[in-house]
Amino acid sequence: MSGSSHLVAMKKVVEQLRFEASINRVKVSQAAADLQQFCMQNALQDPLLTGVSSSTNPFRPQKVCSFL
Amino acid sequence: MGEMEELRKEMENLKDQITAARKTFQDTTLQEAASGVTVVGRVQLKTRKTLRGHLAKIYAMHWGTDSTLCVSASQDGKLIVWDSITTNKVNAIPLKSSWVMTCAYAPSGNLVACGGLDNMCSIYNLKGKDGNVKVMRELAAHTGYLSCCRFLSDTEIITSSGDCTCVLWDIETGTEKMVFAGHQGDCMSLGVSPDFKFFISGACDFTAKLWDIREAQCRQTFSGHESDINAIGFFPNGNAVITGSDDATCKLYDLRADQELITYQDSSIMCGVTSLAASKSGRLLLAGHDDFNVNIWDMLKSERVGVLAGHDNRVSCIGVSSDGMACCTGSWDSFLKIWN
Repeated sequence: MSGSSHLVAMKKVVEQLRFEASINRVKVSQAAADLQQFCMQNALQDPLLTGVSSSTNPFRPQKVCSFL
Repeated sequence: MGEMEELRKEMENLKDQITAARKTFQDTTLQEAASGVTVVGRVQLKTRKTLRGHLAKIYAMHWGTDSTLCVSASQDGKLIVWDSITTNKVNAIPLKSSWVMTCAYAPSGNLVACGGLDNMCSIYNLKGKDGNVKVMRELAAHTGYLSCCRFLSDTEIITSSGDCTCVLWDIETGTEKMVFAGHQGDCMSLGVSPDFKFFISGACDFTAKLWDIREAQCRQTFSGHESDINAIGFFPNGNAVITGSDDATCKLYDLRADQELITYQDSSIMCGVTSLAASKSGRLLLAGHDDFNVNIWDMLKSERVGVLAGHDNRVSCIGVSSDGMACCTGSWDSFLKIWN
């Protein structure tokens, strides 16, 4: 790479960092609370978390019982 | 070269500024904030189905949006679309290049895509008129291997490459719409946000980047990993990013706080993370490792709550279906397993 293209590349890096430095941020306490809330609100709709009974599990066909 | 020296100084100043800004918003840690939460009980998932048919290592899998069909890619040179409930092979697509590293299912269910060492992303139409599955487009422009691809729709797809860039393609014309450059190392993985406005990329420069798709702009960069990031995904609400690395850890970065919230690590885990997926509520993080296992973490408490052991070789890919009902793992042992 020539000297001037090094310069162009460096300018881009600096410009990008300026952009990243300027974003609005939220406190970790707020972010953490929101993540927690999302987990709690959706817990019952999370089959891997709650477990699935065989009657509602599409991957586990119910075995048919018969009285002999 | 006075200008270069000035720019270097400015670069260092800005990096310090970002670090300082992040610190001022760090009024607590996720660990502290979640201290009142009880750890999830032991999670024991069982293999419900084993999908047999590939003849070599499986490198990638992706669920279709119907939570029943899924596609897998193997270096036996085939893409197989499976009905995960019946275990039937719906399509077995022979590939021009067997060196495949990634595959994707379009949200519509009409298309699948794959790519690898051929540096191309090939799009296949599953719903062709005569019933045969054919190559619809070959997206070629990357100068490095295709590590990952994800459809935005039937007309747009995003790819990540060993050439350090990600690209947004117009499938109909087969041309690049946007190039996302900025990573200083091979891009290994990408994930699209639930609202399809952003995507995240993980790379061999140890960083993860958040990109605004329409502005082609990198919004945020996250560091902290001590080695290549192999896997990346969004937390289900789209506000946080999870990464998995060769450094054997996973990390959770919050987008609005612009920083790492927690690291999922254990001294007994020494193998790199190859793949990851979050459960529907985000509470569970499933991470596939080089040591043939999948570790299950309570994401809020950063405690390991389960292990999926069942493969005889590296777990290379993992995915949770959209309805959250099952997790699918793919391995170098040539099998896919469905767990719940």
